[in-house]
Amino acid sequence: MARNLSMKDAINEALDLEMRRDPNVIIMGEDIAGGAGGQGEEDAWGGVLGVTKGLIGKYGKTRVMDTPLSESAYIGAAIGAAACGLRPVAELMFLDFMGVCFDQIFNQAAKFKYMFGGKAQTPVVIRGMVGGGFRAAAQHSQMLTPLFTHIPGLKVVCPSNAYDAKGLLIQSIRDNDPVIFCEHKNLYAHAVDVPLEAYAIPFGEAAIPREGKSATVVAYGLMVHRALEAAETLAKEKIDIEVIDLRTLSPIDMDTVIESVEKTGRLVAVDEANPRCSIAADVIASVTEHAFKALKAAPRAITAPHTPVPFTPVLEDLYIPSAAQIADAVRKQMK
Amino acid sequence: MTERIKQVVMPKWGLSMKEGKITNWLVSEGATVNVGDELVEVETEKIASAVEATDAGVVRRILGEVDTIYPVKTLMAIIADASVPESEIDAFLSSYVPPAVDADEETAVDAYATVTVPAGEIRYAKYGSGDKTLIFIHGFGGDCDNWLFNTSALADQFTVYALDLPGHGRSIKAFRDASLSGLADVVLSFMDELHIDTANLIGHSMGGAIAMKTAIAVPKRIKSVTAFGSAGLGAEINMEYINGFISSDSRREVKPFLEELFFDPGLVSRQMIDDILKYKRLDNVPDSLRQLADTIFKGGKQTENLVEAFKATGIPMTAIHGADDKIIPERHTKALKSFAKIEIFANTGHMAQMEKSKEANALIAAQAK
Repeated sequence: MARNLSMKDAINEALDLEMRRDPNVIIMGEDIAGGAGGQGEEDAWGGVLGVTKGLIGKYGKTRVMDTPLSESAYIGAAIGAAACGLRPVAELMFLDFMGVCFDQIFNQAAKFKYMFGGKAQTPVVIRGMVGGGFRAAAQHSQMLTPLFTHIPGLKVVCPSNAYDAKGLLIQSIRDNDPVIFCEHKNLYAHAVDVPLEAYAIPFGEAAIPREGKSATVVAYGLMVHRALEAAETLAKEKIDIEVIDLRTLSPIDMDTVIESVEKTGRLVAVDEANPRCSIAADVIASVTEHAFKALKAAPRAITAPHTPVPFTPVLEDLYIPSAAQIADAVRKQMK
Repeated sequence: MTERIKQVVMPKWGLSMKEGKITNWLVSEGATVNVGDELVEVETEKIASAVEATDAGVVRRILGEVDTIYPVKTLMAIIADASVPESEIDAFLSSYVPPAVDADEETAVDAYATVTVPAGEIRYAKYGSGDKTLIFIHGFGGDCDNWLFNTSALADQFTVYALDLPGHGRSIKAFRDASLSGLADVVLSFMDELHIDTANLIGHSMGGAIAMKTAIAVPKRIKSVTAFGSAGLGAEINMEYINGFISSDSRREVKPFLEELFFDPGLVSRQMIDDILKYKRLDNVPDSLRQLADTIFKGGKQTENLVEAFKATGIPMTAIHGADDKIIPERHTKALKSFAKIEIFANTGHMAQMEKSKEANALIAAQAK
């Protein structure tokens, strides 16, 4: 059976199902149980937005670990535990905090398999919130996906809906490589039909939430919804766009993108990240290199500007790429 | 006034359909049409098909635009006799009130539901409330939505049930007994649980064999069997398809196998592929399908031939087969001619009930009446 489930609850369900299936799966992070020190505070929070709520009651303190407020320490511990046979899922609350654990992630977790000639594996998942629009200011609102995608040895996932979030998180936990799992905080409440059962969605398979012939709009995370909104507007003008949801950024499904551009001849790449070295830039580069002859118009990137995320609500709303910007980019290509 | 003005509306194919997209008008304004003529091609999330005229007359107005999505029941065209004046049609349209979305009425009669039988939880769809009952049983890897062009169309004459077998759709993903008898037991316990005393069974492929097996087990409770591309009639089965369907795990892999099911491979939409992958990616599904295939198609052959045992029941049967079926050969069905009504559909693959739904529905209704 399936029922309407929010992305936050779908992530909780994926953790629950995998913890039930495999005793080696543990979760750790700041306040993921809530108030570990105080009496009566257990499970008061279940993470800062309640994603892990209820798990400590089912799996206890040895598998649901509230950690000290030291990302560098517990992310390192999770990576070490993964190298020794556990399957830790470490919550980094806001992925913006990853800076203090770059060595553990970029230089250790991502390199173990390579440096030890394939004899070590690091099945760790580092999950946390990404993206803007939450009025959480510049240090809690970034879309750092390009930074993670740049590093060989890391897999990078950014779902746009609850169905994908559940299947991709289960795949992340079962995967033997380190996975950075990016959860857009403004999608936590978004709900779709999600099966009760466990299922895994393979990495490197884009989804096509809307088929069309006029132009290809490539997006991921929250931007998929902006692209679909633009598609509704454009449909009224008889412009019929195809929306591709990348779902995973490393590996990336360029085959689906190129196949689509070969059909439409137009490409708009949308990215909530800053423009330089973004996923949008990467997609455009690949298409230009491999499907240049199919292009009927110059590809366009719609991204955030090259600035920090503003705290002022008016500016923050302008900062995040909008459906209007996407629609306008397509219209210009159609001329 | 309105009796002379006939409406063509967006159809509702199956319980989950909420809207459809007009992809092509097959007639233009001014065309004279007969009942059954194809008017317009409509695409849903599940499949594309044509809407047929239910009234004869002249197509006076085409209101639905191509490449546009409309909710179910939206007025798409007007058919009226040539004698009806333009002013009358204009008056009808100016006073036309779009039907309200009546969710209550729908859930009251037609709905997905679940029932627990000894084999586990079974999901089913129920439509209509006629005196006679039809139970639709899908084939290997299918679900109750394989009947979406049949179940709702027959609901005005019959009480219609379509179930998801164990291991399929949204029913339990495990088998108590993966043999044809085990699955016939599921149908029987389904009937018991829902207090269905007697029923007409309609089966597709493996579902046809299950229908026959159920009839053999409880001949007094089964009034007739209508089978499409039925299994259980001979040894051959396209194992390349069965194995490919089980093992493929990406759109690219699964698409060629799904295309084998239809005469027109264009019927395999991206949504159909995505729905199949969503189902196949559920944790226990590939193992369940393997277990089922290893039981009923052991060693690459159908393990049971039900022809003689079914014939002995004397239960009336209509057997339909697509002439271009690539999964089960049509001669299996032709061999039933000594006791069953046989229909071979030209230019039709394994999904005869979907590909030729109008003809299929007429045969189902005739057999069950």
